[in-house]
Amino acid sequence: MIGKSVPRKEGNNKVTGAAKYTNDFSVAGLLHAKLLTSPHAHATIKSIDVREAKKCPGVRAIVTGVDYPILTGSAIEDRPILALEKVRYFGEPIAVVVADTEYEAQNACTFIKVEYEILPVVNTVEEALEGKHPLVHEEFKNYTQVKELRPDPTRNVSNHVTVRKGNINEGRTLSDITVEIDVSFPQSDHAAMETRSVRAEILPSGEVYLHSSSQAPFTIKQSIGKYFNINENKVIVHTPLVGGAFGGKAAIQLELIAYAASKAVGGKLVTLTNTREDDMVSSPVHIGMSANVKLGATNQGELIMAEIKFLFDSGAYVDEASDITTTAALNCTGPYKINHVWCDSYCVYTNHPYSTSFRGYGHSELGFAIERAMEILANKLKIDPMELRIKNAIKPGDTTPSQAPLTKGNIGNTAKCLERVKELINWEEGQVVPISDRIIKAKGISSLWKTSMSPTNASTGAIITFNKDGTMNLNVGVVEMGQGTKTTLTQLLAESMKVDESKIHVKMEVDTQTSPRHWKTVASTATFMAGNAVLEAAEDAKRQLKNNAAYALRCKPEELEVGEARVYLKSNPKSNVNVKDVAHGYKYENGNAVGSLVIGHGSFMMNHLTKKDPQTGKGVPGPAWTVGAQAVEVEFDTKTFFYKITKAVTVLDVGKVINPKGARGQVTGAMCMGLSWASREGFTFDENGIVLNNQFRTYKTIRYNENPKYIVEFLETPQSDGPYGARGLGEHGVIGMPAALANSLSAAAGVPINQLPIVPESIWRQKRGGVYDINKF
Amino acid sequence: MISINFEYHRPHSISEALEMFGELHAKGKEPIFYNGGTEIITMMRIHSLYTEARAVIDIKTIPECTYTGFQGDRLVIGSSIPLAQLQEMPEFPLLGKTCSRIADHTSREKITIGGNICGTIKYKEAVLPLLLTDCDLVIAGDNGINEIPIQQVFDKHMLLAPGSFVVQVLVKKQFLDLPYVSKKMTRIDRIGYPLLTVSALKTGEQARFAFSGLCDFPFRSNSVEDALNNQDWSVQERITNAISQLPAPLLGDAEGSAAYREFVLRNVLEESIAELKGG
Amino acid sequence: MKQMVELTVNGEKKRIYVRPAATLLNTLREELGLTGAKPGCENGDCGACTINFDGRPMKSCLTLSIEAVDHQVTTIEGLIDTPIQQAFVKQFAFQCGYCTSGFIMNCHALAELYPNANEYQIKDWLQSNICRCTGYEEIEAAITEVLKNKAIEDTPS
Repeated sequence: MIGKSVPRKEGNNKVTGAAKYTNDFSVAGLLHAKLLTSPHAHATIKSIDVREAKKCPGVRAIVTGVDYPILTGSAIEDRPILALEKVRYFGEPIAVVVADTEYEAQNACTFIKVEYEILPVVNTVEEALEGKHPLVHEEFKNYTQVKELRPDPTRNVSNHVTVRKGNINEGRTLSDITVEIDVSFPQSDHAAMETRSVRAEILPSGEVYLHSSSQAPFTIKQSIGKYFNINENKVIVHTPLVGGAFGGKAAIQLELIAYAASKAVGGKLVTLTNTREDDMVSSPVHIGMSANVKLGATNQGELIMAEIKFLFDSGAYVDEASDITTTAALNCTGPYKINHVWCDSYCVYTNHPYSTSFRGYGHSELGFAIERAMEILANKLKIDPMELRIKNAIKPGDTTPSQAPLTKGNIGNTAKCLERVKELINWEEGQVVPISDRIIKAKGISSLWKTSMSPTNASTGAIITFNKDGTMNLNVGVVEMGQGTKTTLTQLLAESMKVDESKIHVKMEVDTQTSPRHWKTVASTATFMAGNAVLEAAEDAKRQLKNNAAYALRCKPEELEVGEARVYLKSNPKSNVNVKDVAHGYKYENGNAVGSLVIGHGSFMMNHLTKKDPQTGKGVPGPAWTVGAQAVEVEFDTKTFFYKITKAVTVLDVGKVINPKGARGQVTGAMCMGLSWASREGFTFDENGIVLNNQFRTYKTIRYNENPKYIVEFLETPQSDGPYGARGLGEHGVIGMPAALANSLSAAAGVPINQLPIVPESIWRQKRGGVYDINKF
Repeated sequence: MISINFEYHRPHSISEALEMFGELHAKGKEPIFYNGGTEIITMMRIHSLYTEARAVIDIKTIPECTYTGFQGDRLVIGSSIPLAQLQEMPEFPLLGKTCSRIADHTSREKITIGGNICGTIKYKEAVLPLLLTDCDLVIAGDNGINEIPIQQVFDKHMLLAPGSFVVQVLVKKQFLDLPYVSKKMTRIDRIGYPLLTVSALKTGEQARFAFSGLCDFPFRSNSVEDALNNQDWSVQERITNAISQLPAPLLGDAEGSAAYREFVLRNVLEESIAELKGG
Repeated sequence: MKQMVELTVNGEKKRIYVRPAATLLNTLREELGLTGAKPGCENGDCGACTINFDGRPMKSCLTLSIEAVDHQVTTIEGLIDTPIQQAFVKQFAFQCGYCTSGFIMNCHALAELYPNANEYQIKDWLQSNICRCTGYEEIEAAITEVLKNKAIEDTPS
């Protein structure tokens, strides 16, 4: 079962329209909620008049910020459920209207009168650091910090993370050569095809039911409990299939609004689904960044020191941005051995939509900065960029910027990935090859690494039950959002039980009342964490089956083995009993029953993770580092600066491939997303902080046939504690794509391309030597 | 999801449509003619346009609006013909080519030629081939059904009297298979609003040019054409002169800055002139 | 303000009350329980709501349901075990599945109407839909396989 391309278990439902997502539900009496959002990026709310709106047909309730003056947030409680006193970003929810139908709710929104007093806008991280008044959060000092942060409220900084490894002065002295580079990209969007959707109901018993298209149903439970002062055990969350998430559905936002909406109508069932426009800017987005990188090396190309400054655009509220700031700092060098590292990473408030986790979680962001610097260093040293990377690739025995020791068990083979990419992209041919008088073929490369930062005690579980026919039901708390984990877990269980995967029914929906608690379906950790739990549960089930079978076969349990839907004597497999006959206890022919109902359970908790030192960053942030290397090939028109991405390569050390076609799809999908982000995505803000591209009409993503030809290979250096040696791989394809694309186009155009997205106009601006700012026209 | 409520009417003849309009107008329902309806649906949804309309009159079931074929020396194109159909129509390749780059294919199954040229969208690329071929529009309104040269009713946008609508487009055969080019450039890749679209038609030694996306309206300009056709000048001089003759400042927006548009325009014009010369 | 209309969906005549302003997408999902067509943008940009309208692909968010009177509407629920559905499963042409109905309806119409579609036409049609999970490689494999088999099938032996 391991290494077999099992089609996804829910596949037939998805190609027939039968698969149900959160918003595919309706019932007579269901009430509909719609958001009224802010047309301004920064303004004081003078008044909100809902009188006219309340008179509109079908309207049952209208909730505004003052009804719930609560501040929320996973790192710091800075965000009201609905804007309170002022709005801090374009698209911020101000009011929610509940009506009999969606159109009536929408209609009533147009009758709400809001009076604003416009405030100056903090439109870039650099402006934010100037600390001019009004600050994005004048009341910062009164906020409750949930996580440990080092803020500087006078400069709009919510978190300042420092990494100090080695001795930076020594590093400077030892470096024969240094390069310095500034890179940046604006915030962008996850743009999952399913917009966020939630349904809430409060029963007279006090139980709160939520259905949400979420990556974090168990966190919703906690948050609703916490913010509305309800015992968490009364909150029950269901998550059916999710239509793509990419990190964007781990944040808690609409759930809180939906709860308030339901409460306002006496607990009746209320549904709230984002429009695409709201999903793009009102709900949290992919973080933006400006960075400065200095690298020092010997003349022979040995990396000596890295001095890095990251300015992350968290937008108006912190959410996950402070942790992304941390992760980027702790892993700031990428997969290179550097003894002297100094990193200052700032999480900065602006009047932009607020940022949350995005596929890659800080690693693609830091990767873009480092890999562009590596390219420039290679050019300055006149060393082949591939050789420079291979020479400095990190390996067991080295330590990370946060001084976490690397071992054979927790890191793969970066140099080997690079070597393989070198062959696959035909690097020997040359980085730039003219193919006609106008068209140039150019290649760019990037290494990548990623660890998964989780709470040091993140946990999960798995439950296996049996049907009368001996087939199994598998229940885990992992959300199925397209990544295929449910199929992968089925394969792991099938392997362990030695049965065909068709004998396993995996529950697609998560129900926090019956599914074992799973931290969050994020950080490419589901296969690792839940996979281990499933294997433990399988062992548990086998142990119980053997106990029951021992009665039937009149032997000791330890003499037995389970496989092929049977329990058999190791010494004589012909002496066996069907699993179906011992899964529910064992019944003798005379009717006497013995043994017990088999319910296999297993769990897994992250271990050996340590908290970081506040000054130096020292600590072990994640269980392992997945490494890889990537390349991009473009055809570039030297006259028009138009380009086509013709080829993209990924070599990733995944420990063990469980489902080859599924794994390839995860990686190519992520590569496409990375290239889309790098080549065309990113919000365009006007001078008032208004997002000009909040529809797919203007926010472009790669479409059919705009994708390159993909070349994907996996190395299998087993992760010692991974299920069958497997590592996570869902995010990694994104990470090196922006840098590889920028490296290829910089080589092709002969000018440094250090800003995303790289549309032909950006190259044109660089070529004519103008100051680059895609947001100005 | 459209939150505004309106009546939907489906007339089966031009006269019925005009009558309906009169009646609905008299009742204060601010009726609008509805063809493909894509702009009406999308703009109403976000409360951006047509918010006063309380009745729409769908003209797609009027036989004249869905007719295509030759009548005498003219090709007749009903205003309700979807762009996807025009794209496959061999009779007028320039129109097909230009229409083939508006929105995306599935949307073009719905967007009609009449809807595109009468809409409020600033691009209206389907009008470019019509401007180049001096077509006539059949317009139904209070004054009956009249054939009017497009130059008389299109200046930046359609100048239609309230209560009138475009029934058909009439294009003289002589223009249909002349050498042409049509190029749409976007910020990146194919789908999306144009940075600019250039359609051009070679009539004898001269070439005609029409543009969309350059300014905030589509246009064909005599002075631009004169500059581009001036054989005394080098191609670069012609282009520079043409740019100085544009009827309005170059557009700068989220698709691209004005200066970049100029750069793209130069390249596209250079290519277009070369291709027309070859053709 | 709702009015009775008769729609023909997946070959069945349905008499229902609709608001004239309701899009076909709204009506299919809310009145007829056919939730296979998905709202991805309700602006005609993403293709997740694509259905077949008299056999041609159409974005149901750009169509009023009342416009469908006297026309044949086919949704993903009306396709049973078609080659394109099989190919999507076989080729792993979807992940989250949200764009899948729309992609399949577009591909299905293409295969039915233009079994000999060339590469340009495939691209021209399929660029109407956005998939955010795959890198499109598998979707290309699925449509290519179906068209190839269809062309063989349609060739008189």
